[in-house]
Amino acid sequence: MLLSIKNLQAAVEDKQILKGINLQVNAGEVHAIMGPNGSGKSSLASVLAGRENYEVTGGEVLFDGKDLLELSPEDRAREGLFLAFQYPVEIPGVSNINFLRTALNEIRAYHNQPPLEAKEFLKLTRENQKLVEFDAKLTNRSLNEGFSGGEKKRNEIFQLAMLNPKLSILDETDSGLDIDALRIVANGVNKLRSEKNAFIVITHYQRLLEYIVPDFVHVLYDGRIVKSGTKELALELEEKGYDWIKEPVTSESI
Amino acid sequence: MANKSDDILEEYSSKEYEFGFVTDIEMEIAPKGLSEETIHYISAKKQEPQWLLDWRLKGYHSFLKAEDPHWQNFELPKVDFQGISYYAAPKSRAKYKSIDEVDPELIATFEKLGIPLSEQKVLAGVAVDAVFDSVSVATTFKETLKEHGIIFCSVSEAVQEHPELVQKYLGSVVPHSDNIYASLNSAVFSDGSFVYIPKGVRCPMELSTYFRINTENTGQFERTLIIADEGSYVSYLEGCTAPKRDENQLHAAVVELIALENAEIKYSTVQNWYPGDKEGNGGIYNFVTKRGVCRGANAKISWTQVETGSAITWKYPSVILQGDHSTGEFYSVAVTKGKQIADTGTKMFHIGKNTKSRIISKGISAGEGQNSYRGLVQVGSKAENARNFTQCDSLLIGNRCGAHTFPYIESKNNTATIEHEATTSKIGEDQIFYLNQRGIDTEKAVALIVNGYAKEVLNQLPMEFAVEAQKLLSISLEGSVG
Ligand SMILES: Nc1ncnc2c1ncn2[C@@H]1O[C@H](COP(=O)(O)OP(=O)(O)O)[C@@H](O)[C@H]1O
Ligand SMILES: [Mg+2]
Repeated sequence: MLLSIKNLQAAVEDKQILKGINLQVNAGEVHAIMGPNGSGKSSLASVLAGRENYEVTGGEVLFDGKDLLELSPEDRAREGLFLAFQYPVEIPGVSNINFLRTALNEIRAYHNQPPLEAKEFLKLTRENQKLVEFDAKLTNRSLNEGFSGGEKKRNEIFQLAMLNPKLSILDETDSGLDIDALRIVANGVNKLRSEKNAFIVITHYQRLLEYIVPDFVHVLYDGRIVKSGTKELALELEEKGYDWIKEPVTSESI
Repeated sequence: MANKSDDILEEYSSKEYEFGFVTDIEMEIAPKGLSEETIHYISAKKQEPQWLLDWRLKGYHSFLKAEDPHWQNFELPKVDFQGISYYAAPKSRAKYKSIDEVDPELIATFEKLGIPLSEQKVLAGVAVDAVFDSVSVATTFKETLKEHGIIFCSVSEAVQEHPELVQKYLGSVVPHSDNIYASLNSAVFSDGSFVYIPKGVRCPMELSTYFRINTENTGQFERTLIIADEGSYVSYLEGCTAPKRDENQLHAAVVELIALENAEIKYSTVQNWYPGDKEGNGGIYNFVTKRGVCRGANAKISWTQVETGSAITWKYPSVILQGDHSTGEFYSVAVTKGKQIADTGTKMFHIGKNTKSRIISKGISAGEGQNSYRGLVQVGSKAENARNFTQCDSLLIGNRCGAHTFPYIESKNNTATIEHEATTSKIGEDQIFYLNQRGIDTEKAVALIVNGYAKEVLNQLPMEFAVEAQKLLSISLEGSVG
């Protein structure tokens, strides 16, 4: 099993946000997490990635056999956990390409691999640019600086392709994308899918799941996964909204 | 995890200054104290002509009359001028004909600092003048430069060999009465670099001076004089370090630049004097007067500085834009951490018509560092169509440091265009987390962010030094995330 979350609880500023999350993800699987605004989807992603302002108040997470919660954020990344941010930050003056090279070589160093030679790195860059249809001009610009919302999201997918993680968490990567951009992003993800890696796709809309077809769909509400199913669940949610989910706040039966 | 940043801070405070070693070499040191006698002593040691002794004495009298500045926004420590020795030179030195005669200990010192002086190892494309305490110990590539008619030597040597040039230009930009530290420098300056680029010559290599304070209780008072004759070009770089000592040491240099018609001078500084320990003990007082004049039409002077060291840095490299269509530039990155103070900026005096100036200042404060930008843009009544652009950014790391800006504008001509932009930002947790999430640790993340922030200035440095400066910035800020 790649990821095993048991009864995960977390708080921000003494406010309990995650109230006992259980989730198992195997290599080769795509899980979708849906749920209304404020239900804790981004919080779950942040806690998994190791954001400092979340305090884990209970539960455990195993990632590829290791205790994830013991690792620093950078070590989680180096172990192969990737978060495509809902709101990617801008870092002025730092070129996208220089940043990626640093990141890639840091990850390699962690696995006792030598830095990638400039030539190989450029080759990899070109291949991945093509794979996820990322504009070469953006590669040389400052990291996300002045990028449009869509360009930032596509940059996340480009980085994902470059770093080749075991588990990718996509936090509302589809929001703010027009249909063409959405298709490009989904195509990228589909090309990167393999038996060795897994994806958790956080989304608001069923729309994305027409392109990235999930193996499982989970509904997060008020810090808990209140319903799990297959891709048909997404359609049902699209039709009925979230209200019917909210009614019986179920116990930890899942 | 809340304590993580504290740990890093702790680690950072104990970070050693890399260049804090002392060279053990026999020195000839003047007795402590300042009087007319001291000045006679220095002048005699250097076998100077009468006019120079007279000029030094005038400087001394200006110094006696001058008062400490009082406008700064930090507490100026009392400097005990009688507790300083004003001359220190390696004893072995007679006069070096070639690098082979230089004490191997000195060569080793500079090599340790990354400044190879021996002919086999010299930096390609860079001529270096190395100044150890009060004297210049070696200048590389002299012969090559001579072929172009370029003079690059120590000021002492220039006084002997080219007295007419020195007499004509010394004190012509920074008079001996300019300010208390410039007066002191005029009285006791020991050595420094002299550069003359003849008409129409483009200096084929970077010129560089490396200053090292070694001896205890000495001050370093170097004087640099650069003259670019009509239509010539030169790029010059200075670097500096000092051993770790518990006492503060005074560094009061004067730099004068003269660019004649169509000439261009690019002057870069990478300042890494010992900053003192984490409690603020020791460190260099870096009180420096740097000024250039664009004397002829279309002349250009560009200052670039990367300031990471010193307990207190206090300097305003300035340009007097006298010639019509002349240009002045100031690019600065100043880092303060621990208890460091930097009060730095520039003055641009627009006198000629259509003169232009550009000021890019990037302050970075960490720890309890205080960083001030202080600048003056002055437009005279005859400076038709003068233009200035000022951008002044501050970056804060942690919440115990401070950034301040004091931009002054005085315009007597309503055709002038003056633009000022200022920003203050904090290195965001978001930015660091984003980089962490890509496998980059916090140290490296800060280094990336800071170098990105300072890029516009670093890009101005000669290529040979840009990489060094980037490293220096990263090292200076190691562990300073709070
Ligand atoms: N830094 C924070 N401080 C206080 N509350 C927060 C913080 N971050 C998130 N929250 C709260 O946590 C809850 C879950 O938010 P979030 O995980 O962003 O939800 P979602 O991604 O599902 O829309 C919300 O009530 C939100 O206000
Ligand atoms: Mg969210």
